[in-house]
Amino acid sequence: IYLSFSRKHEVDTLTKVHNRLIGTKGEARPSRCPDNSAFKQQKLPAWKPQLTIAAVLSCFFLTGVFCLSVGVCLIMSANSVREIQIDYSDKCSDCSKLRENSSNWNKECHCSINFMLKEDILGDVFMYYGLQNFYQNHRRYVISRSDAQLLGRNIQKSYCAPFTTYRNGTPMAPCGAIANSMFNDTIDLFYNLNSSVIQVPLLKTGNSWWTDKNVKFRNPKSYNLSSAFAGTARPPYWQKPVYLLDEEDERNNGYVNDDFIVWMRVSAFATFRNLYRRVRRIRQFADGLPAGNYTFHISYNFPVTKFKGRKHVILSTMVWSGGSNPFLGIAYVVSGTAATLTGFVITVIHLKGHQNTDLHFKNYDLIESLD
Amino acid sequence: MADPIRWARYRWQRLISTEGREGSSSNSSNKCYQSSKTTGKHRTVIPCLGHFKEEYEKVSKLYMNNKIRTTKYTLLNFLPRNLFEQFHRVANLYFLFLVVLNWVPLVEAFQKEITMLPLVVVLTIIAVKDGLEDYSKYKMDKQINNLLTKVYSRKEKKYIDECWKNVNVGDFIRLSRNEIIPADMVLLYSSDLDGICYIETAGLDGETNLKQRQVVRGYSEQVSEIDPEKFSSRIECESPNNDLSRFQGFVEHSNKDRVGLSKENLLLRGCTVRNTEAVVGIVVYAGHETKAMLNNSGPHYKRSKLERKVNTDILWCVLLLILMCLTGAIGHGIWLSRYSEIPFFNIPEPDGKSIPPALAGFNMFWTMIILLQVLIPVSLYVSIEIVKLGQIYLIQNDIDFYHEKTDSTIQCRALNIAEDLGQIQYIFSDKTGTLTENKMVFRRCSIAGQEYCHEENAKRLESYQEMDSEDEDSADHQCGFLTHRSKWRGHDCRAVNKPLNRRSLNQLSGSYPALVREDGEGDVPHSGHVAFSSPIETDVVPDTQLLEKFSQISSRSYQQSEEEASSKLSLETTYITDFFLALAICNTVVVSVPNQPRQKMRQSSLGRMPIKSLEEIRQMFQRLSVRRLSSSPLPSVKESSSESPNSFVSKRSIFRMKLSSPALDGAAQRAAERHNTDSPEDSQVPQELDTVNVAAGCEHNNAASSIELSPLPKLRYEAESPDEAALVHAARAYKCILQSRTPDQVTVDFAGLGSLTFQLLHILPFDSVRKRMSVVVRHPVSNKVLVYTKGADSVMMDLLRTASEGTNNSEMEQKKIKERTQKHLDDYARRGLRTLCIAKKVMSDAEYAEWLNHRFLAETSIDNREALLFESAVRLETELTLLGATGIEDRLQEGVPDTIQALRKAGIKIWMLTGDKRETAVNIAYACKLLEPDDRIFTLKSQSRDACALVMSKILEGIQKNTSASKKTSQKLGSVSASPSTQAPGFSAGLVIDGRTLEHVLHDSLQSIFLELTEKCRAVVCCQATPLQKSIVVRLVRNKLKAMTLAVGDGANDVSMIQVADTGVGISGQEGMQAVMASDFAISQFRHLKKLLLVHGHWCYTRLTNMVLYFFYKNVAYVNLLFWYQFFCGFSGTSMTDYWILILFNLLFTSVPPIVYGVLDKDVPAEILMQLPQLYMTSQKSVAYLPSPFWITLLDAFYQSLVCFFVPYFTYCGSDIDIFSFGNPINTAALFIILFHLLIECKSVTWIHTVVIVGSILLYFVFALAFGATCKTHNPPSNPYWIMEKHMTDPVFYLVCLLTTCVALLPRYLLRVLQGTLFLSPVLRAKHLDRLTPEKQREAIKRWKDDSIVNCQVEFQATSGSSSSATGAVSEEESITFIINSLSISKGCSEEGITHCMSQI
Repeated sequence: IYLSFSRKHEVDTLTKVHNRLIGTKGEARPSRCPDNSAFKQQKLPAWKPQLTIAAVLSCFFLTGVFCLSVGVCLIMSANSVREIQIDYSDKCSDCSKLRENSSNWNKECHCSINFMLKEDILGDVFMYYGLQNFYQNHRRYVISRSDAQLLGRNIQKSYCAPFTTYRNGTPMAPCGAIANSMFNDTIDLFYNLNSSVIQVPLLKTGNSWWTDKNVKFRNPKSYNLSSAFAGTARPPYWQKPVYLLDEEDERNNGYVNDDFIVWMRVSAFATFRNLYRRVRRIRQFADGLPAGNYTFHISYNFPVTKFKGRKHVILSTMVWSGGSNPFLGIAYVVSGTAATLTGFVITVIHLKGHQNTDLHFKNYDLIESLD
Repeated sequence: MADPIRWARYRWQRLISTEGREGSSSNSSNKCYQSSKTTGKHRTVIPCLGHFKEEYEKVSKLYMNNKIRTTKYTLLNFLPRNLFEQFHRVANLYFLFLVVLNWVPLVEAFQKEITMLPLVVVLTIIAVKDGLEDYSKYKMDKQINNLLTKVYSRKEKKYIDECWKNVNVGDFIRLSRNEIIPADMVLLYSSDLDGICYIETAGLDGETNLKQRQVVRGYSEQVSEIDPEKFSSRIECESPNNDLSRFQGFVEHSNKDRVGLSKENLLLRGCTVRNTEAVVGIVVYAGHETKAMLNNSGPHYKRSKLERKVNTDILWCVLLLILMCLTGAIGHGIWLSRYSEIPFFNIPEPDGKSIPPALAGFNMFWTMIILLQVLIPVSLYVSIEIVKLGQIYLIQNDIDFYHEKTDSTIQCRALNIAEDLGQIQYIFSDKTGTLTENKMVFRRCSIAGQEYCHEENAKRLESYQEMDSEDEDSADHQCGFLTHRSKWRGHDCRAVNKPLNRRSLNQLSGSYPALVREDGEGDVPHSGHVAFSSPIETDVVPDTQLLEKFSQISSRSYQQSEEEASSKLSLETTYITDFFLALAICNTVVVSVPNQPRQKMRQSSLGRMPIKSLEEIRQMFQRLSVRRLSSSPLPSVKESSSESPNSFVSKRSIFRMKLSSPALDGAAQRAAERHNTDSPEDSQVPQELDTVNVAAGCEHNNAASSIELSPLPKLRYEAESPDEAALVHAARAYKCILQSRTPDQVTVDFAGLGSLTFQLLHILPFDSVRKRMSVVVRHPVSNKVLVYTKGADSVMMDLLRTASEGTNNSEMEQKKIKERTQKHLDDYARRGLRTLCIAKKVMSDAEYAEWLNHRFLAETSIDNREALLFESAVRLETELTLLGATGIEDRLQEGVPDTIQALRKAGIKIWMLTGDKRETAVNIAYACKLLEPDDRIFTLKSQSRDACALVMSKILEGIQKNTSASKKTSQKLGSVSASPSTQAPGFSAGLVIDGRTLEHVLHDSLQSIFLELTEKCRAVVCCQATPLQKSIVVRLVRNKLKAMTLAVGDGANDVSMIQVADTGVGISGQEGMQAVMASDFAISQFRHLKKLLLVHGHWCYTRLTNMVLYFFYKNVAYVNLLFWYQFFCGFSGTSMTDYWILILFNLLFTSVPPIVYGVLDKDVPAEILMQLPQLYMTSQKSVAYLPSPFWITLLDAFYQSLVCFFVPYFTYCGSDIDIFSFGNPINTAALFIILFHLLIECKSVTWIHTVVIVGSILLYFVFALAFGATCKTHNPPSNPYWIMEKHMTDPVFYLVCLLTTCVALLPRYLLRVLQGTLFLSPVLRAKHLDRLTPEKQREAIKRWKDDSIVNCQVEFQATSGSSSSATGAVSEEESITFIINSLSISKGCSEEGITHCMSQI
């Protein structure tokens, strides 16, 4: 017979014997009886959810009603959003052809697009540029930036490659593919009122997150901006260095330029929009954009044909629930309906099932009485 | 399958780690030794002294010293070695591979450091655990190594204190009483005069009774202590091995004389010297080569069934991962090839070129593997381990397993197979000590064909049963008992004078039980607890009739000369005397006195009496006996007393003397002489005188005898088996009292005759093949060699002397006795008693001398010793004369029938494997409800294999016929049981098979038909099975039927069975700890098995399966979120969640709740599980972990991840959302979904669940907020700065999370609700019961029980899984058909029964 021998036991016994020999008496050995506590005996008071139809019926109906009401609210608010979207990639075909050849990067190209607002857009009006098919969320693109640099620090190590330095060793400021590919079209909006053309006043600042503008993006410290960026060069696709992004406003120049900050917030999808300008609510535009004819003047710099992309310019208002996307509202309505319907279905099942069990028990009693 | 390999590896590692000296690394297993040139098959041990010095240097240096090291690691090698061992796990290797992969720049998906995090965490946790374990081992080793012992020093010529670790092979060690033996050594000297040393082996096998060890023959005669300087012999013995019960070798003296060594001469490391002042031994095995250490096989690895299944599912996950990665790779390739030139969001290589789409796709494959790695749950293994620990902790703390009497609770020795308890299909149970208490109570005996039924004793036992509960122990009882006892003795004497005072005796024995409480120990184990000595076993009330006969003898001469044998009465008295002598002598019981613990009761010797020659004494005795016999048949008191002065001296000498025949070898003579020259103790003489006086007659007054006899009850018998103890105690009740036992003599205080000292020539110990034991003694009076044999009647009956001539009167008589005894034996067996036959044989000196020759040869041979010894034993045990038989009762343990019934209802098949004879086994089987009275019992008892096959096929046919017949009837009744595969309810069969037939049945050709047969039977009883057969049966069922087996046993004979079974349960009973040591779980009572299986087994299984499923769900659901995003980022491997959050999500935010769920979830309360054993069947068929739940879970995970991804996607589609802001609501919603999913799955939610879930959510938010607030650049590529803060103020974020969570969980919730209402599984039904008021609950349970009588049958026979898994599928149809059918159903049948029918249709 193979004997298994526990070493632990041996050790126990040895120590026990040893203890006895050297006089330390482990006489009063505590009883090995386990504690009679609720936890150890697994008798903790517990909530045992009873997942039966009867118990959850109310839950289904309540959810249904709630979802429906939220959904209706959402749809209503989404419907109140006015939005106009204009695709200008085809309308400026000349410019786009020009930009296909990268050697023409220096040449300016303008085009203008007319459109008509049939009704007033009231409230704050936001102007977006939209890009289609631009995979800003590509893995290597997303990481190609240096947050440290954007904080005004010197960078040693970054993921910017290959847009870190030029061949001669001059570092790019800002580095990385994201910054390099910054959207650089200039869009101006003109209101054609009775053959007079009024430029719609647009706000360049306040379009980015407050924290981005004030915390996350900092210019290098120096007495002036150009000296701060001395020794660096603009990214290859840029037309002007970073300290000339906004020559009019010192606080909107360099890394803290709003357009730059907005661009650096990498979008989640290949089709996206970025906030470009806000309509300043003064004069005629105090209530928003009045109905009428408008013209976009676009300085066309950003090539999209290379990646079969499209460019839009979008005017839109905003509500608490976001933009004009009605999906969330519809989803709420649908799921609310679904929950309510399920509630009804299981009510029916429940009633029917109840009959069944009744019958079952009746039979049972019958049999018993026969016995 | 992998277990042996794993075990071998473990052993090998231990070997490497434990190399003590150079050259000795290749030891510790026999095989290595055989191949080792230096040591060969034997080892030579030479003392490190004198002229042996050079040889000692040569030989002994090759052996290990006594230093032990059980630790795996040293300070230096801990890190590399631990890592090396950890990377043996495939999962860890996989993650290492991922880490390495992430260092390849082309495919890098995360930051390098982040990928390492999970692996590092897991490795650290396990390394810390291993390190702590090893450190405690190290401390323990150090403590042991530095224990002191006295070793003989050459330089100082005396014994000096030395640490254990410095002891070498060949050292002489001197140990005093109560010291622990530091190494295996051969005993060379004992201060005990007989050369005996007592050791306690509790440290080795847990047996608390003392074992005798003997000084090597030839050294025992030395009066003074052995002088190591003069030791000039060499010891040859076998190589180290782990067989505790075997030691072979010899001592070769300088004159080439050889003396055999056996295990009787070996002191084992770890044992304690008791009762012996001093011993000296020479070390033969040290350190890791000692038997104790070799037996320390370390933890045993068992892999649970569930774990194996989990592994296959992980393989599925790997497949899924590869599929997803392939999708990503191909998708990326296609996406890239759509562009004619490089778009500027696809960053070119540093050299300005871009790689072709195909290669990019290939790289993307590996990137994807890194990105989606979480699909293979690294944390799963760690979590499973933690959950199992928690479950074990709770099992160990269950107060219901606590057994007050022994102060023991359950021990879980295997930590990783708790969930196997929930899937047991077969239980193999030992009988003795497992089902029964193993408290042997002498019940009946039959002597010379006359039965003595011991009615008074039965009465006593009944009263014990009543008294069992109140277990008071007070000293008063002892006193009461003693005085009572002495009175009683006086009574007996009077009974001789006034023949038959039956009434008073009856009264006496009637009142006896109430008073008797020997030394008040009861069952409570004290330090001096002796096995098998509860009062219920020790106090036997003699049968009046037998006592009467017996006392007649006691007053007569014991000696029966041939002339008198003719008288029938005297023949019977001979039988009775011999019978009781056999009971007292034929055993290995050690006698000690409790007051001086473990002090051997030594018969004072007479010392230097002027003795005459042996011949003279014999003549004297003969004269005496003739005179005595020639007096009246009922000798009066007067006569004997008048005689006593005359015979006093001579008689005393005779009784004290061992008479040896000249034909013998010198040993006996020598012993006798030594005995006479023993140091005298004069003060003992008067006492002796008294004893003889009492013996001679019975006229002594009560007072005298009470003084005289009071020490007697204090004798304590320590037996190896309870049967022996019971028989000795029974003999004692008849005042045939075993007084002392030394290796060569046994002293029996025989009733009135005084002490008889038998010279003990041989003990042929019990073994399971012979099934008997014998002692060979020389009778002090007749000087004949007597063989007393006791054994199982099946073997004993064949060994009896056959009445060849048949004419002889005594032969006829013998035959008659045999027949009658057989009848009694059968009767005993029917009553469930254990039977033993007692037989005797008288040998002539010539016969004995011849046999002795053989024996001697056998004993001294080394190689084939076992076989030769066996053969010589068989030679001796022939031509026996049957004396009688005993019936010993072994009472059922508390709650055994109830437990067996419950387990049976739980769908577990129970087999009883016992070594007992058929009748006894069957009887116990009936008693414990293993067999029911209306069962049909088939008994397999065939001599040949062919016959066996025939019988089995006949039985099968019969069963089939029976089944079809009852099927017809049941069909007529429209009963539920119409399903073809099942047998009719009400018909049940039991199979009884005996050991010899088992041999045939286990042959390959019959295995399948045997198993087919056993599957048809509800109970199988294998009787007279050897330990080996037991394990073969278990292995057969385990391998052939692919069933989960559990073996439960308490003794050494169950060890192999326990080790073979999937789950081994040891019962820490009376027979030591061997079974417990081999087991996975050790319980103290059989009834605890009920809760262990039905409650903890069920819980552990469901908890673990649910947790594992949940883990798969969690990982798949979470990883798929990333996968879906790949469709929108050009399959570029972007993650929309910050890497830190991604990694910590599994490691931190969602890791604790599943563990809590796995440890604490409680689907059905314990009480209901106990009351409704049927519930066990769901887990038994692994319903929870069939493939379908796994795939349903995965499907659900896919659905939930789709919802969780696409609701935010469509919400934010086309907006100016940035990538990490998009990921944030997805991640948050995923957290809610995953945690609330757990809440839906939870059957009971305690405050711990609440705390953990709320804590996880809070932790997530706190972390995300803190991370978002502080991390501007710390985490270069991904930057979640202020995103959480921004979202927290955005209503859309909340709305998205809410909708996502609701929609994702709706189907699962609905499913559970529908399950909870419509397709109630039994478990759910039971759960509902919990809600009811106690009365209603009781009622419902009762109704259910009635229901399930029918169901049980159906379910029980159903092929595994099919019926229950069909529950969901058929249920819709079922609910409709149910109404139609329900009227035609004869007796209420619950849904699942119906479902079963439906699925059959």
